Amino acid sequence: MPVQVLGDVLSVKRVGAYLSMTVIAPGIAELTRPGHFLAVQVGGPESSMLLRRAFAIYDVKDRGVYGGTVEFVFAVHGKGTAWLSSRRPQDKLDVVGPLGKPFRLPTTGVNATLVGGGYGSAPLLPLATALRERSCRVDMVLGAGSADRLFGLLEAKRMAASIAVTTDDGSVGTTGRVSDVLPGVLDKCRTDVVYACGPMPMLRAVAAVCAERGIPCQVAVEESMACGIGVCMTCVLPVIGDDGRTRMARSCVEGPVFLADRVRWDDVGSVPHDTVGALGRP
Amino acid sequence: MTDLTTILAGVRFPNPVFTASGCAAAGQELDQFFDVTALGGVVTKSIMLEPRSGRATPRMAETPSGMLNSIGLQGPGIDVLLDKDLPWLAERGARAVVSIAGGSVADYANLASRLRDRPGLAMVEVNISCPNVEDRGQVFACDPQAASGVVSAVRRNTAPGIPVFAKLSPDVTDIALIARACVDAGADGLSVINTLLGMVIDTTTMRPALAGITGGLSGPAIRPVAVRCVWQVHQALPDVPILGMGGIRTGLDALQFLLAGASAVSVGTTVFGDPTAPVRVLAELEQALADRGVEHVRDVIGLAHGAAGHLVPEGPDPVGDEPAAAMEEP
Repeated sequence: MPVQVLGDVLSVKRVGAYLSMTVIAPGIAELTRPGHFLAVQVGGPESSMLLRRAFAIYDVKDRGVYGGTVEFVFAVHGKGTAWLSSRRPQDKLDVVGPLGKPFRLPTTGVNATLVGGGYGSAPLLPLATALRERSCRVDMVLGAGSADRLFGLLEAKRMAASIAVTTDDGSVGTTGRVSDVLPGVLDKCRTDVVYACGPMPMLRAVAAVCAERGIPCQVAVEESMACGIGVCMTCVLPVIGDDGRTRMARSCVEGPVFLADRVRWDDVGSVPHDTVGALGRP
Repeated sequence: MTDLTTILAGVRFPNPVFTASGCAAAGQELDQFFDVTALGGVVTKSIMLEPRSGRATPRMAETPSGMLNSIGLQGPGIDVLLDKDLPWLAERGARAVVSIAGGSVADYANLASRLRDRPGLAMVEVNISCPNVEDRGQVFACDPQAASGVVSAVRRNTAPGIPVFAKLSPDVTDIALIARACVDAGADGLSVINTLLGMVIDTTTMRPALAGITGGLSGPAIRPVAVRCVWQVHQALPDVPILGMGGIRTGLDALQFLLAGASAVSVGTTVFGDPTAPVRVLAELEQALADRGVEHVRDVIGLAHGAAGHLVPEGPDPVGDEPAAAMEEP
């Protein structure tokens, strides 16, 4: 059950090309599982920006000096995130969370490979902790455009049995994309399950690699949202349901985590003709 | 405290703050944040006879103090509403205002008869003004004859005692003309206004930002248009109840609509950024009325049409949410 909290900003840190913000938000930390996200109001109470910005939750602390805190990572893309980057400790921030369906965890110790693109690694780091608590082997593949856009590399190194890094410009690790090195990692690590978070083209490529090998894969998708709570119907994508039929699923409440083989990757952005309720169907 | 009870076409609501169609689904999601029975009513997302997938994405673009949407009436169809959503609202004790949308007069008639005698149904809102349909010719609210055909079919198929409200589009030359056509066809009241048709072009891709090209503009950006429409409709038809909506963000915004002639208001797009907005607006409105010494909310409905000084404001901020210094001389 999500809550709306007007919390104090505790810290804003620069991490490479990104910013990491921690907010005192009692009630959110206790309920958060890896894969949940936050919806953050930007611009203050008189803002001309009406819509919340959604960010995957990176870290939570449900006790300590400040009570419950929640941390998320973001990049400055537009006016809303620019405003967010100018917040300072003790500024107020209106946050709603935890939102969405988190990653599903295996019940037994399996070999899990976690694939993160850019700051998509943020929710994978607490996931790695949760998987290790369940006696899973965790291997990680992190990729980004350049070295400064890799998030959580040191932390990942501490937790993962192995780590592979790719950058588009070759500034660190293998030059190329995560999907270039993923097949080798899956074979070498005898991977049973894959978890991925990052930009849609990356998720699509990871899903294709996993489908080829028949490895179950969960992805946390990035769709633009207006509300984050399931009422606006803007963050939809075509997803195949348990009944085999495709529906336009809301990534905020039915996701953001989906089984990769249920997402109609070729049709994201459109409404496939066989979608339930598609126009032109008899 | 002020008596907030408001009456819409003979039906009594405990207060004049409702959700808006398309901005609250069928209430369950918002009930996580506040008790939906605290509102005057819950207006559900427009439902069609059959499931509808809606349009391709991107469906949304943020605009200054507003947003464009082109959802295309995505929904599960009337069966799911009748099996799940309406019984849930009824069991919760919420007053459900069911918004209906169709492609033909027969669709609307069918929807109305499916809703007949369903527990929990307080009112029917006829969405004749959704701009996000493939064929703009389907916007019944842009033509008095088409609007009249739909409204009379719904009224004929709806139980007596359940008000039928027609939701009007602001994208017309004379909104009072369409309002009158709807009332002559049997509408018990009017919902004013739906979104305005708008467009944003992405200057990076150099193409329209929305997959549907055009979309409905909503949010505080359209509030002055909405207040003007409520004013004009109330002036033309002073005895017809109005459910006013369009960019309401605060209690004082809601009060503007009441003063212009609305008997109740819907809080819509603001919910996307602030899920508890409807109850906050209600509390702020109650305070604003108390500050002004208003005993019954009905005393302010349409008050702005009267001569100045009819009710002396006692509040600290009589002109609304703008600082007096920013007001320009007329």
